[in-house]
Amino acid sequence: MTILKTTNLGRSFGGLKAVDKFEIYLDERELVGLIGPNGAGKTTAFNMLTGVYVPSYGEIQFCGESIVGKKPYEITQKGIGRTFQNIRLFKDLSVIDNVKIAYHQNVKYGVFSGIIKSKKYKIEEEEITNKSLELLSIFGLDTKHNELARNLPYGEQRRLEIARALATKPKLLLLDEPAAGMNPQETHKLMELIRWIRDKFDITILLIEHDMSLVMNVCERIYVLDYGKIIAHGNPEEIKTNPKVIEAYLGEEVSPNVKSK
Amino acid sequence: MKKLYVTIGVVLFGIFIQILIWNNIINPYYGIVLTTMAMFVILSTSLNLINGVTGQFSLGHAGFVAIGAYFSAIVTTRMSLPFPTFVIFIIALLVGGIAAAIAGFLIGLPTLRLKGDYLAIATLGFGEIIRVLFLNWEYVGSASGMWGIPKYVNFLWAYVLAIIIVLIIVNFINSSHGRACISIREDEIAAETMGVNITKYKVMAFTFGAFFAGIAGGIYAHLIQILHPQNFTFMLSVQILLMVVLGGLGSMSGSIAAAILLTLIAEVLRGFAELQMIIYSLMLIGLMLFRPQGLFGRKEISLNNLFSKNSGSISFGSPKK
Repeated sequence: MTILKTTNLGRSFGGLKAVDKFEIYLDERELVGLIGPNGAGKTTAFNMLTGVYVPSYGEIQFCGESIVGKKPYEITQKGIGRTFQNIRLFKDLSVIDNVKIAYHQNVKYGVFSGIIKSKKYKIEEEEITNKSLELLSIFGLDTKHNELARNLPYGEQRRLEIARALATKPKLLLLDEPAAGMNPQETHKLMELIRWIRDKFDITILLIEHDMSLVMNVCERIYVLDYGKIIAHGNPEEIKTNPKVIEAYLGEEVSPNVKSK
Repeated sequence: MKKLYVTIGVVLFGIFIQILIWNNIINPYYGIVLTTMAMFVILSTSLNLINGVTGQFSLGHAGFVAIGAYFSAIVTTRMSLPFPTFVIFIIALLVGGIAAAIAGFLIGLPTLRLKGDYLAIATLGFGEIIRVLFLNWEYVGSASGMWGIPKYVNFLWAYVLAIIIVLIIVNFINSSHGRACISIREDEIAAETMGVNITKYKVMAFTFGAFFAGIAGGIYAHLIQILHPQNFTFMLSVQILLMVVLGGLGSMSGSIAAAILLTLIAEVLRGFAELQMIIYSLMLIGLMLFRPQGLFGRKEISLNNLFSKNSGSISFGSPKK
């Protein structure tokens, strides 16, 4: 079943069409990659899907419902979670508080219950604490739950960000360059983690990545974006041999400044 | 159990001081100073909720204090309600608080989409508008001020109100709703992505802060007994802001300590009014040089954990031990 479908989606900044005619679909429990050279518009596409940018035109259907023009928090409540390319943790808060904030939308007690510390407050807070610790232990961060997020090593910050996104109970998880800045071993571990998350949490994952080995190994389907347009779509084997992709990708990697299109 | 003892101890302490004041063992002048301290504790913690916890830089607190002061004074002087004095006073405080909260809500809704400096300027303008409105409002005495307000406030009143309000604010911060406010301060985009309705929580913090400032205004009116728009200038906002920054943005115990300290210094320096501002300024400069995060940073010290080894630990929803 299709969980997300975009039609003719686009966003322009002034005269620049950052993303144009962006059409993708994601089936349930799929692991899909979105790749493309720097500046291709991948993060812009993510920002439109999560409501950070309002699309200039086009349509996004999530679970059969249009989410265009919805606020980011509403889209999160509908079930799209995300991480950021440049990690956006709550750096001065403890690790566990980072996760607890993500549980916020499911909290049922009101402001007044919180102020008088009612029974409902105590029960729910304890539940949140337990759930957060449980989630952190999955990611091997439970022993560090009292540390400030900024003091974690880079790889653990990435893991915490994924944990935090999962705490919002997403049906679709968007990962923006999860392996950025990781060494090959860490990347390899991350690869297994991503696959494992999909199976354990039973969710759909769309990821942006530059690390080709990760994308080719993990993703079942890949979209290639270049200059704001999707230039190829298929399984990893097809993408590897697609001449357009090789031109867009390898061309740039070999001589970044020469290529003109 | 320990919490109960602490609460009883704290209340008894207040009653004890009040008895000393009644019996003239503590000079009535010091009684007024102590009451002022309690009032500034309310003001600094309520501003801290907006500036330190939610991270919205507001400079309009004097406006809310003015609204609270004037409206509560209207209740006690212009209406003759058939209730005992303390009921009238509670009603007056609530009316002042609610009037300020409504103003906070109305101001917050359009201005809170502004960020940083722009919000500061917008709220600054709001504070001045309020002052000028009272300056021209015949019903409350306009430029000659409002006179003959009964002295309902004693130290115990202000002390108990301060404790209640501080408790409310601290409990709010430690709830999920408070965490939502903190997440806005930390990173608005991430907060929204985590499902936090940032507009709602910004306005909520602003409205709460305004409500408590309004109550503090009510205390002020019934302590000083004369209201004049000149008492609610920009300098009052700055004075409160100073307490918040000095104590540490986001630290309630810091705000309380700074409110007490600065009120004391202000009183000590009352003899030389000009020097007061110079010392204030020097303190601010010194603080920014040596301790830019404020006296307490973001740490909290509470009576409950003062004697345990975890004292001073960060208390924003720290997990249960």
